[in-house]
Parts: sequence; C-alpha cells; structure tokens
Amino acid sequence: MSTPREVLLDPLFQKNPIALQILGICSALAVTSKLETVTVMALAVTVVTAFSSFSVSLIRRQTPGSIRIIVQMTIIATLVIIVDQFLKAYAFSISKQLSVFVGLIITNCIVLGRAEAFAMKNPPGLSFLDGIGNGLGYSLVLFIVGFFRELFGAGKLFGITLLKLVGDGGWYVPNGLLPLPPSAFFLIGLIIWALRSWKPNQVEKEG
Amino acid sequence: MEHYLSLFVKAVFIENMALAFFLGMCTLLAVSKKLETAMGLGVAVIVVQTLTIPANNLIYQHVLKAGALSWLGFGDLDLTFIGLICYIGVIAAIVQILEMILDRYFPKLYTALGIFLPLITVNCAILGGSLFMVERDYNFGESVVFGLGSGFGWALAIVLLAGIREKMKYSDVPDGLKGLGITFMIVGLMSLAFMSFSGIRL
Repeated sequence: MSTPREVLLDPLFQKNPIALQILGICSALAVTSKLETVTVMALAVTVVTAFSSFSVSLIRRQTPGSIRIIVQMTIIATLVIIVDQFLKAYAFSISKQLSVFVGLIITNCIVLGRAEAFAMKNPPGLSFLDGIGNGLGYSLVLFIVGFFRELFGAGKLFGITLLKLVGDGGWYVPNGLLPLPPSAFFLIGLIIWALRSWKPNQVEKEG
Repeated sequence: MEHYLSLFVKAVFIENMALAFFLGMCTLLAVSKKLETAMGLGVAVIVVQTLTIPANNLIYQHVLKAGALSWLGFGDLDLTFIGLICYIGVIAAIVQILEMILDRYFPKLYTALGIFLPLITVNCAILGGSLFMVERDYNFGESVVFGLGSGFGWALAIVLLAGIREKMKYSDVPDGLKGLGITFMIVGLMSLAFMSFSGIRL
C-alpha cells in the first residue's frame, strides 16, 4: 500500500502519465502552442481526473464488473460537460480556441486509465489524490512543451512579448517550426529522452 | 460530387486525424508495433468511423440542434449541451452492436478484429470525428464522406507507422530514446511530411 504522498507525487516523474504510461497524448500535442490554452487544458484535465477517480471509487463496490466501463464513461462525460459549460460561460474565447479538445477529455486515456487502474481498487480519498497527481504529471509535460513552443516560436509567454520579433522591428528571428504541430512530437520525444537518462530504470528493453 | 471528393481528400490527407489533429495517438503509439495488427485496427476504425459519424449527425441535426424539435412544440429548444454524452453513448452502442453482428455472421473477421473493437470506444479519433462534424455543421451526405475519409486517413497513418517501426529493429537507437521516445520522433517526421499536402484542393 502506498502512502498518500507517493500517490500524489509519483506521477510527476516516476510514473509520468505521458512519458511512461502512454496516456493522454492526443491533447498534449494539440493544445500546446500557447501557454494560455495549456493552463486551461491542464486545469480541466486535473479537475476531471480527480473528481472522476473520486466518484468511481465511491461506487466501486456497487458497480458490476460487466458494465463498469459504461458507468465510468457516464461519470466522466457528465464531469466534462460541466467543465465545458463552465468554460463556455466564463472563458468563451479560450473555449473556442480549444474547440473539440475539451470534449475529447472524455476519451483522454488518463481519466479512464486511472479510474480503471487505481480508483476501482482504492478508497475515495486516495483515488482523489491519485487523480490530482496524474493531472499534475500531465500538466507538467504540457507546460514544458508549451513554454518552449510559445517562447521560441512566437517570442511570447502568456501572450506577453519577451523576445521582440524581427517582423516588429526587434532582433529575434522566430523558429518557424515550433508553432507548427509536429514540433510537439519532437519536444515530447526529447523530454522522454531526458527523463529516461535521468531515471534509467524507465528505459524500455527493446525498440 | 466535386465537393464530396474534395472533402474526402481533405479528410484523408490535409486534415489527417492522426497526423494533423493528433487524435487517437494513444492507440496509434501503442498498437503500431506490428504491421498486421495495425491493419486490423485500421480497418476497424474505418468501419466504426463511417457508421458513427453519420449516426451522430442524424442525432445532432434532428434532435439536439437548436430548433430541431420545433415540430414537437419546443420552438427554440437547444439540447447541444448534452451532445457529448449522446455521442459517446452512440459510439459505445454501435461498437457493441458491430461486435455482436460480426460475431454472429462473420466469425473470421470477428476473430481478426476481436480485441480491437472494444478499444475503439475510447479512441479519441472516433469521438473527435463526431465533434468536428458538429463543429463544422456537416449535412448527412457530407458526414458520410467525412466519416469514411477521416477513418481512412487514420488507418493510413497507423499502417505507415507500423511499417516504419518494423524496420526500426535494425537500427541502433540511444538507450533513453528506445521505444516510446523514438516513436514520437517518427510520428513527428511523418506529421511534417503530411504537412506538405496542405493547400491541395480539388
């Protein structure tokens, strides 16, 4: 049995959902061109993961095994609808930029994966922490990727200009590759490389 | 006709689900180790995508959309907010039905696709396809073409990736990059290659 501290902090580096468990990659790539959208997405995923793990864990003894996926899907879809409506009401422009990716949190493997792998076997409190932890692990990778893409691709952070672009009379020639989607793949690949050089026990045996 | 053809090409190449929108990445990375399984999953995705997008289109256009239920006396009732739960329900149901039909009438195909069908429910390319269909407000004909095209594009991506990964075993990859890391790099390069299709219009 792991302690609450381990449950909360392990997903950051030891068992990062994106770098090690191959979960939740889709949205990690698509929303990272700006830190603003990254923040909203990271918050949304963390909230949904935490509360879905909590709710799934609450009813884990009452849920028959054969229909558990449907039950989990319904819980997750309901939470995502709440988040989606909340964003539409209070952050409409960001919700437009994220377009379908808020809805896609439903099929984000982190949420279902944690519900299935952890929340079905553990008490609600611990599952809630596990949800937060995995949400944070996901957010960490998203923030690193978003930071590099926005700073070196557009010379900005959170929309504030830090490196003045040549086009606006400054000195910085932006890297044209970074605002484009494929750069996210390379960045995440490099993050995985760095993480695995730091913690060699994560290296896969065969390629 | 031309409009549909252009939509198909756009869905396959320019707006490729996997390489331009990164949908279904988890499955793409996890199930692309062998060419054969990749093909099986690819076919399954095409079938499911072609069925679910038009089905969700009917639900969206005739039940959920603002004013769609006016013939029942609900003038401007807008049900789009429960869309997400409907679409995922439809997808789960169609996958389940498909599984039963295949099991009953095409046992060979069923054993070939067997394990992949349930996986498809949580493949974000499927739900993503339905959400894009809603966002772009396609009509029924367009949704059929878009479903077929986006499914085909995704299948193309996973088969290509599996082909490349099978050859990877001959190469000497640095330890830390082995497995997931190098796969990310490959998909990145493929995605760059697919970007060269942008701007093509029929």
